[in-house]
Amino acid sequence: MPKKVRIPTPLRKLTNNEELVEVNAATIGEAIAELQSRYPGIQERLVDEKGEVRRFVNVYVNEEDIRFLKNKQTPLKDGDEISIIPAIAGG
Amino acid sequence: MRSVRKFCQPLLVMSRGLFVAPIEFAAADVSPRQLYNAPINGGGGPGKIFMSEHHGYMKALKCRECGREYPLAANHVCEFDFGPLEVVYDYERIKKSLTKAAVQSRPQTMWRYRELLPVANDPTVGLQVGFTPLVKADRLARKLGLRELWIKNDTVNYPTLSFKDRVVSVALSRSKELGFDTVACASTGNLANSVSANAASAGLKSYVFIPHDLEQGKILNSLIYGAKVIGIKGHYDEVNRLCAEIAGKFAWAFVNVNMRPYYAEGSKSMAYEIAEQYGWRIPRHTVVPMASGSLLTKIQKGYQEFIKLGLVSETKYAVHGAQATGCSPISAAQKAGLDFFKPVKPNTIAKSLAIGTPADGFYALRVMRDTGAAAEDVTDDEIRDAIKLLAETEGIFAETAGGVTVGVARKLIASGKIPRDDSAVLCVTGNGLKTLDAVDGYLGKPREIKPSLREFEALLAQEEKANV
Repeated sequence: MPKKVRIPTPLRKLTNNEELVEVNAATIGEAIAELQSRYPGIQERLVDEKGEVRRFVNVYVNEEDIRFLKNKQTPLKDGDEISIIPAIAGG
Repeated sequence: MRSVRKFCQPLLVMSRGLFVAPIEFAAADVSPRQLYNAPINGGGGPGKIFMSEHHGYMKALKCRECGREYPLAANHVCEFDFGPLEVVYDYERIKKSLTKAAVQSRPQTMWRYRELLPVANDPTVGLQVGFTPLVKADRLARKLGLRELWIKNDTVNYPTLSFKDRVVSVALSRSKELGFDTVACASTGNLANSVSANAASAGLKSYVFIPHDLEQGKILNSLIYGAKVIGIKGHYDEVNRLCAEIAGKFAWAFVNVNMRPYYAEGSKSMAYEIAEQYGWRIPRHTVVPMASGSLLTKIQKGYQEFIKLGLVSETKYAVHGAQATGCSPISAAQKAGLDFFKPVKPNTIAKSLAIGTPADGFYALRVMRDTGAAAEDVTDDEIRDAIKLLAETEGIFAETAGGVTVGVARKLIASGKIPRDDSAVLCVTGNGLKTLDAVDGYLGKPREIKPSLREFEALLAQEEKANV
């Protein structure tokens, strides 16, 4: 069973307006690579020159921030839901 | 007008007067965010400046990370690197209009600095907001051992008793300009109160999203205005994440999501007022509470703009950041000398500052580094002590965030980071009546007697005995 990735509005131009796409990757890093192979250009939006997830990009696996997990090495299991969300302020 | 049309034409379903009506976009089966996200010049790189008389003194929105420019729409994020968008102004024109004499001739509200606030036309929401007292706090200064101390007292801001009225009056004025009829926010409480009240007075519908376990006072203070209050079973960062997703789907003006570039600028008015009330000078030290870190960066921006416009002279100053130890990602990073922070899960009574993933944390760290400032944090007990100290010395009842600011100032003075012969302004941003839960049980109880003079005299005698 694949994992679902929720694509945020600013990136949907790259996914032909798909809001939910499926990947088979075993980690977040692999999921980004898999997205890149299908939607060229999406990787540079998500990671910086050093290969780290950009500082204004938040990635969640089942609603948990990957920075509380293992960042790009965070493992994925079947049925996981991944959300990519721009950082926002508040108070 | 012409340039507005030019940018909107490929997207336009209908326009209402000068401004695009976003609600009507929704019918076109495309979210307004998608429509608005198109960068200027097709996004091939930093584009030409977007300029129109109808945008007042604003020029464009610009990504703080890569510098790409975007139209002045309801949009907060760069589609290339997700960097935050910020309003760019025409300072040459502002300089001609915003003189000391002009400012002083205007009503005493935050709108006396109108040229530096991001609305195209005259503001329509929150016309009475701001110009709160700058209180010379001599008794607190003596207690803390500082030569001169001032409190910027936003506990009495109009109408909802916190600095959030500043950002909300800007955000809602701009939302109306852009044609929205529904406003919303993700909030730790004060913002929800302010959106609810200001939306009510402006005749806008409002949805406010808050963590479900907020202080009772802050919940009632939103419900009373007829706002739709949604309690989310999670902490603020989870509320925020949900709101980012909701904002992508609904054509609402989310003040701290798609309206954030405008909203955040409202905080600058606090810096302008401090500088003017301090005698058109920038204080040597300013202590600011940090949740997302936005207020601190905007205080710095406000001071910088006043220098740029020649309204104050250039001087050495520091903008220090204050957090609660139970949610201190920014102060922990600053103290460790890092230029990035590690997100945390908040656990503090200072719920209005409980943001574990502070979106402006990077920029706040940069401001503190650039101004030679420090960050510090205080425990829940230190927060309560500081709330009490401020109340007992100055007669100002602050909410928990105010306790954080005063408590941190005390630490910075004790450690010499604010030298004792200097002068400081503390930003106290919210009213204690909203967080009564935080001090309930820590202040003792009134003593009860019968309506009898004899009983009262006995009570006094007892007290004298105890004090000997």
